[in-house]
Amino acid sequence: MLRSSFYLSAIIFACGLLLAAPLSVGAQQSDAAAPVVIQPGAPGHPSRKLPSSTTANLPPLSQAEVEFMQGMIMHHAQAVEMTALISSHTENKNLRTLSARISRSQQDEIKFMKRWLAARGEPLSLPMAAMEGMGMPHHAAVLMPGMLTPEQMEALREAQGAEFEHLFLTGMIQHHNGALTMVKDLFDTAGAGQDAELFDFATDADNTQRAEIRIMQSMLEKTIPEEKQ
Amino acid sequence: MNRVSSIAFRVAITTIFLFFGLSRIQAQAPAPSPSPSPGAKAAADEEENPFAPEPAPALPPGMTGSNVDDPRAKLSPGLYDAGEAAMGMKHLELVKKPAAFQLGSDNPDDPKVEKMLGMLGVPSAKIPKPLHLVLAQLAFANSDLAFQGNYLFQGNFYGVNIYDIAKPANTSLVTSLVCPGGQGDVSVYKNLLFMSVEMPNGRLDCGTQGFPPGPPPTPEEQKEKKRPVPAAQKDRFRGVRIFDISDIRNPRQVAAVQTCRGSHTHTLVVDPNDKNNVYIYVSGTSFVRQTEELAGCSGEQPDKDPDTALFRIDVIKVPLAAPQDAKIVSNPRVFMNARTGAINGLNNGGTHGKPGSEKPKDTNQCHDITVYSAIGLAAGACSGNGILLDIKDPVHPKRVDAVNDPNYSYWHSASFSNDGTKVVFTDEWGGGLGARCRPSDPNKWGADAIFGLKDDKLTFDSYYKMPAAQSDTENCVAHNGSLIPVPGRDIEVQAWYQGGVSVMDFTDPQHPFEIAYFDRGPIDPKMLVLGGDWSAYWYNGHIYGSEIARGLDVFELTPSQFLTQNEIDAARAVHFNELNVQDQQRVEWPATLTVAKAYVDQLSRSQALPEDKIASLTDAIRNAESSHMSKKSLAKLKHLSPSLNKEAEAAKSPADSKRLRALAGILEHPAA
Repeated sequence: MLRSSFYLSAIIFACGLLLAAPLSVGAQQSDAAAPVVIQPGAPGHPSRKLPSSTTANLPPLSQAEVEFMQGMIMHHAQAVEMTALISSHTENKNLRTLSARISRSQQDEIKFMKRWLAARGEPLSLPMAAMEGMGMPHHAAVLMPGMLTPEQMEALREAQGAEFEHLFLTGMIQHHNGALTMVKDLFDTAGAGQDAELFDFATDADNTQRAEIRIMQSMLEKTIPEEKQ
Repeated sequence: MNRVSSIAFRVAITTIFLFFGLSRIQAQAPAPSPSPSPGAKAAADEEENPFAPEPAPALPPGMTGSNVDDPRAKLSPGLYDAGEAAMGMKHLELVKKPAAFQLGSDNPDDPKVEKMLGMLGVPSAKIPKPLHLVLAQLAFANSDLAFQGNYLFQGNFYGVNIYDIAKPANTSLVTSLVCPGGQGDVSVYKNLLFMSVEMPNGRLDCGTQGFPPGPPPTPEEQKEKKRPVPAAQKDRFRGVRIFDISDIRNPRQVAAVQTCRGSHTHTLVVDPNDKNNVYIYVSGTSFVRQTEELAGCSGEQPDKDPDTALFRIDVIKVPLAAPQDAKIVSNPRVFMNARTGAINGLNNGGTHGKPGSEKPKDTNQCHDITVYSAIGLAAGACSGNGILLDIKDPVHPKRVDAVNDPNYSYWHSASFSNDGTKVVFTDEWGGGLGARCRPSDPNKWGADAIFGLKDDKLTFDSYYKMPAAQSDTENCVAHNGSLIPVPGRDIEVQAWYQGGVSVMDFTDPQHPFEIAYFDRGPIDPKMLVLGGDWSAYWYNGHIYGSEIARGLDVFELTPSQFLTQNEIDAARAVHFNELNVQDQQRVEWPATLTVAKAYVDQLSRSQALPEDKIASLTDAIRNAESSHMSKKSLAKLKHLSPSLNKEAEAAKSPADSKRLRALAGILEHPAA
């Protein structure tokens, strides 16, 4: 089956070569029906005709994009770590639901980011040099914007019940706001955000985290009601 | 930190190892695909392979999943040679994506691919070959369609392709218009072509180079931990482009209207009372750019900045005599709470449904709007809500209703029934990038929701989801569709990404059902490669599907137990000069015997008339046709008419009652 389709491809390819030779000569004699490739100019400017052999082109990948993904993996990993505390620290049903949702979506996104980096042959975490570039000394814990400090994480682990719920919500809002900062920084960086997959991902992450922040703020205001209205 | 690096390294190595064993992404030159060696498999089990599809979660209690026994459930994979299944429709051809919209080669060994990756700054030696072509897929994804005369306009993240469809089974490319910026949503009006741009690589001059990265930070800047310097670009374009297509082989850009959030989709609005202008409703879903780049743009929350670019749509006015003067004329706050005046009055995204599995969505944007100027209404699919707008004054649309649904994730698009009594909304659960038609995905999630529409109020009736189970490497969820103008029925053809094309009857809004379909197997069996039909629209007798990865699909309907040849012929009798699906046009059927025969078939199917009555109607119509409308045959038709009107009063269903009256009307005065 595979072999026969290979031969078929070869035959089709050979036929294509035989046919293409005389046809391409004809095409050069300005065949009105041949498709054209046009690149318009800025508004009010004329369009350019590109050679029919034109193939597609992409803006270059930027280092900021790679570092955004690497940094966001680390950022998301902390959210997953925070949500892992829920089952042992609170009985609040709404918070458990919300936390499960955050955990699930951040894990999905971590997987997406790893895929994006692996497909581009990039390491999945920030290299040491980049961390130093952020003013980090060797072996120091790296905190992306909004990430909880080791002290904040420790306080969260120690707390229970209502205190935990308050620290969790304020901590996660701080954490999510950090992600919004990271997305803003990315799009503010020259040459960044031009990769289509990354653009979609960052846009979606921004929308999701805004919505989750809103939900958490309303939970804080309502001092976390047990049941949904 | 060290531990993380080491895991990362091992994952990367595992991935590379694994992918040498994967089947080829491109089926152009199929190669044997040995299964991964036992070593690789063991390593993969040990470490997560980021390319392996997500394990599907269990079906939630009380829900029904997709049908695994459907012929579409297990089709063989391939880019151009995937297995296919069809019912009630025939695939006439696939026109492959033109070379100008591909990376330069279908073959990952081609030096051009290497060169491309080099330009991307990606050292190709580090990347497993099958992934080369996955890298930039979305960047060249096909998107929405628009039609005019014999031309079809296919949007793409990289520009627009214009096809000649005078002979649909022999469709040919006319013009490739290179102008990147995603997602390339298109509309056409007379000599003007409109195109949406949202991505930061969009340029005013349609350049493909995007914008260069800034210089690396100096040691000083590194030390001071400086934030990136905002990169305002005067040449950047995010918004709606307007091209003059008077010369279809040489379109010119005449205007480019910048917006704060760019344009994810847009909708052409033609005001029946304004012959000098057309309007464009802009739906932006992306980030708000900085005010340094476009004055007045703010992405703050409304409590911090009441002029925020969030929580609104933009309206562009296009003077037809001077399209270069097109500009934004209003920014309607369509989510405002009329009582409190809060501009974020519809923020209920995320408070509903699907605990634990779903991302919440804020209602600070519309995703797409369908206008139906003939009835003065628009249906907005706006992230967390479906909304109904009064657009009699198109510059100042007013919200008249808003709905939510416990099973909805992301309100994506909308279509009205021709009589304006129903609206079909779609839920793009998973954003279109996810497999959401697996056996355990509920048939109420990622589905259409059909609402009744009466006195400006929407009322939920039922869900419809393409019923066949799809694999975990097929992105599949409800997406764009259009009405098929079969008289007497409400029928929609719709794209479901790699779930294929499904044709649904929603005449009875409580009981929608499938009447035709086409589907292909996944592009790849082991990883999800984005593809499938983005839009499937009926235009003047054929169905056109915009296939994201493969190209342009052309179909025709074939008769089946669900649809007769007479009904297909009646739909083909409807002709549009121009079709922008989100600018919905009211269909009026000619009073011909072709249309009459479609009604007779429907009355026979629903048993609204006894068999002898159907037979005498059929005979009378046949006699009129064969005698070229002789006086005698026309008199006979006219004679049958009054009894049909009487039957209409006694009909069991409102649909049959309408069919009987319409049939009576035609028999009274049939058009030639």
